Parts: sequence; C-alpha cells; structure tokens
Amino acid sequence: MTHLAAGPVIIPNYGQGSSCVTGNHTFCWGWVHDHWGDTLQPALVQHIVLTVIAVGIGFALAFALALLAHRLRRVEHPIGIAAALLYTMPSLALFQVLVPFTGLTRTTVEIPLVAYTLVILFPNIVAGLRSAPDEVLEAARGMGLTRRQLLWRVELPLAVPAIVGGLRIAVVSTIAIATIASFVIEQGLGYPIFYAVKLPTPFKTEIYSAGILAIALALASDALLVGLRRLLVPWARKGLA
Amino acid sequence: MSAAAEIVFEHVTKRYAGRDAAAVDDLSFEIPAGTFCVLVGPSGGGKTTALKMVNRLVPFDSGEIRIDGRSVRDIPVVELRRGIGYVIQQVGLFPHMTVGDNIGTVPRLLGWSKARIRDRIAELLELVGLEAADAKRYPAQLSGGQRQRVGLARALAADPPLLLMDEPFGALDPITRFRLQTELRRLHHEVGKTVIFVTHDVDEAIQMGDRIAILREGGVLAQYDTPDAILAHPADDFVARFVGEDRALRRLALRTLADAPLEPCTDSSRAPRAPQTTTLRNAVSLMVESGADRVVVVGPDGGESGMLRLQKIEDLL
Repeated sequence: MTHLAAGPVIIPNYGQGSSCVTGNHTFCWGWVHDHWGDTLQPALVQHIVLTVIAVGIGFALAFALALLAHRLRRVEHPIGIAAALLYTMPSLALFQVLVPFTGLTRTTVEIPLVAYTLVILFPNIVAGLRSAPDEVLEAARGMGLTRRQLLWRVELPLAVPAIVGGLRIAVVSTIAIATIASFVIEQGLGYPIFYAVKLPTPFKTEIYSAGILAIALALASDALLVGLRRLLVPWARKGLA
Repeated sequence: MSAAAEIVFEHVTKRYAGRDAAAVDDLSFEIPAGTFCVLVGPSGGGKTTALKMVNRLVPFDSGEIRIDGRSVRDIPVVELRRGIGYVIQQVGLFPHMTVGDNIGTVPRLLGWSKARIRDRIAELLELVGLEAADAKRYPAQLSGGQRQRVGLARALAADPPLLLMDEPFGALDPITRFRLQTELRRLHHEVGKTVIFVTHDVDEAIQMGDRIAILREGGVLAQYDTPDAILAHPADDFVARFVGEDRALRRLALRTLADAPLEPCTDSSRAPRAPQTTTLRNAVSLMVESGADRVVVVGPDGGESGMLRLQKIEDLL
C-alpha cells in the first residue's frame, strides 16, 4: 500500500477523505491534524484524568495503610497479601462484577485501577519508612523527638526516594492499564483504539496515534516524577557531587 | 538551664529479658557537677547500658538515677532528653538536613526564634572548629571527623547541663581521634558541663577523664576514682590488669615537668634537655635513652629552669 506515489500526498490539509485515509495507509498526518480537536485531545485529557484519579486515590489509600503498617507491624503482611490478591484479578472480569453495582461509569473503571496501584505503592512506602538508619533513629530519640516528630521530620523525608520510585512505576503502569477503560466508558486513549479496531477494516492511523500518545504521556509523566525527586531530595544529589 | 548538673546513681540494676546475668548490677556512684566522667570496661560491662539509662533510652528495673536531685523517672521523657546532649559513635546525623538544620534540631523543638537559632548555629560551628559555610552542606559531603564535630555541636545546641557520649571517637582514624580528644578536653574546660563518656579504651579514659568508673563483666562497679588514684592504687587484680602492667608509666604521662620538684642544675653537661611541657613519662624515656640520671628543664623563655633527677621521679610514684 505504501508506494512512492503516495509520498507527496501525505501532507496535512488534505483532511478527511484523503487518499491516505481512504487507502488506510500506515500513518496519515492529515487525519491526526483534522481529528486532534474532536478525538485525540479529548481522549488524552480523559486519560490524564483517569490516571490522576487512580494514582491519587491509590496513593492516599496506600499511604494511610503504610502508616498503619509502620505503627503496627503485624498488619503489614495481611495488607500486602490483600493488595497482591487484588492485583491477580483480571480487570475485565472485575468490570463484569462491578457493572451491576456501579454501572457503566468512571467509578467502575477506577476501582481496579486504584487496586492495582496499591500493590505497587504500599510496599514501596512501607520500605521507605523503614529505610531510616538505626543510628539516625537513636540520635533522634535521644534528642527528644516525639514519635510523631520522628515520623514527619525524619522517617518520611527519608522515605521520599522510595515513595517517588513507587509512584513512577504506578503512574506508568496505570497509564498503560487505563486504556482498558474503553470496555466500560467512551473515555481515555483506549477508546479511539477500541473504536478503530472494531471498524470493518481497522483504521491504522487512529490506532497508532492514540497508542503513541499513551507512550508519550507515560514518558512525560516519568520525566516529571524524576524532576520531582531531584527537587525533593537535594541531599542525595549533592552528596554524590 | 544550669551550666552543669550533678548526676547520682543509686543502686541501679538492669536485667535484659531472657538473660540471667545482670547488665548493670547495683550501680551506685556520684558525678559532681562539671565533672568529665568516663565509664570504661570490657564489653559486657554494661557501660553503654548505664549511659542510656540516664536519658531513659534503656529503662532500668530498680534503683534511682538523679539529675540535680530529681529522679529521671519524674521528668517527662521528651523534656528529659531535650535537656541532655547525646552523642553516639555512628553520629546519626539526619542525612536529609543541612549541617545547620542538624545543629538546630533541639532548639527548634524547644521553639527558639529563627534568629536565635541562626546565631547559635554560627557560634557552635566556630566552637567545634568548622567553617561558617559548612552550615549549608549535607552530612554526605563531610568527612568522618567533620561529622562527629557536627554531632557534638548538635548535642551542645540547647546548652544542656549534661552531655552523654557513647564511644564518640571509636570509628575515627587515630589522628582525627587524637585531635578531637584534645579539643573535647579544651571544650569541656570552656563550657564546663557534666560529661558522661563511654569508651572501652583505657588510654582514652585516662587521657579524658577527671574521674573514671571501671565496670567489669556483669555490670559491677570495680573502682571509681581519679585516673591518678586508680593507677596508683588499683582496687583489685581485675583493675590492675585492666589498666595495664605499665600503670606507673601511665601515671607519669598524666604530669609534666612543670609539675615536678626541680633542683638547681648541677653536673648536668651530659644530661638531655627538655621543655617543661614534656610529660614525666617522656622525660624518663629521654633519660633511659641517653643513659643520664637527670634531665635539664627548659622554660618557655628558652632558659634552663632547673633539673629533675630520676630518683625524684621515683619518689613521686
């Protein structure tokens, strides 16, 4: 299909119905240009919203559970097992279970997404809180820090590298998994892919452009979190200098 | 806060769960305010346990520890610890805080104003021999010796009347260790606090202590006295062995030619010459080396201030 004669025609502005689109060539810039506003950009924004909600709620839950496990060691293991069990559940099956209760809504999508972030974030936050060296904790107690001060002024700041590390994995994997939202709702970068795949002839440009946007979003989010780490952890950076 | 506190141990006993032998057994002694007291002994002697009972990092089973007459158990634990400087071997600086923020920890907990904390940090950096610019650095950027200087500054920050030091120089190289030992003695002279200092090194104990408490296995106090008295009159065989066969020479190392009874110089042409800051131990070494039975003492002005005969040194022991 992609022969030389098509070359000069793959230029924007030909828009819908161009020979590239009608011939379903590998990638048509013209289609991307024409449908950025009505298809791709809304899907990208919805995808970001899906991810932010999932990671936000997942982080809040994981953080609260990690604080509990840090205080009460015996609950760490049960919570870890529960999170791992949630992770083993196939999301499509979970959707089937949830739809009768929560309907074809964003809530149905967010529940498995949040559950998946827990299995990544919970152990990372717990490990981070435990990473303060013994001598640092002893010095802190010897100076008269209360338990609460120890947590907020010492253990938590020292946990930041591990927490950001967990967030990076959680965000990138949530961006990938969130494409399955399209099984339930017409939202996210999964929806253009889902739609294009179901056409009598799957439309390549729509599948590729949405897929590339999901990858670009994952890479950009990861870079953002690396930057956040550098900002929040100046002590480790300067220590290496 | 007073400049220095008096510490009293009264029949203090501590047994760790699951062990028959006591860690500290019926320990009683008094540390007068302003004293540099060294706890020394072999491992298993309970010296670190005894130290940590003062700031209640280790609870004790029976007996009483009093700071200026007040039982440590009657003082809320957070208040107690904020009023006691604490220095440990591994230092335990907060890696995520700058040197300045590390030093300012207890003043911040006590609610001092920002300006007062800033002034105090500057004052302490100078006191422990660090640069003002070091306040902005992170612990990972410092050498081992610099870190322990920061640890000391942090412990002194709120001007506590008592300093607890658990083998503070144990992890340092010999040169850095000697320098910090010398400076800590000078510092103790300047700030006049009560210090309880744990070490397993008898040389360090003799060099640093105004008083030494020797603890033996099972946490029993073997002897508590000045370094000179312990070297001159070890309480028993254990103490005698612990301080070493060369205790006579160690005693001589505690004094200099300036403290010795000098005579006018006679028949001293072959005798070695030594400045009056020389320890008696080194003076004996000079005499043995040169085969002379006397040493000529040179004053700070370079003139001869007299001579000391070997015979007189023997009389001092």
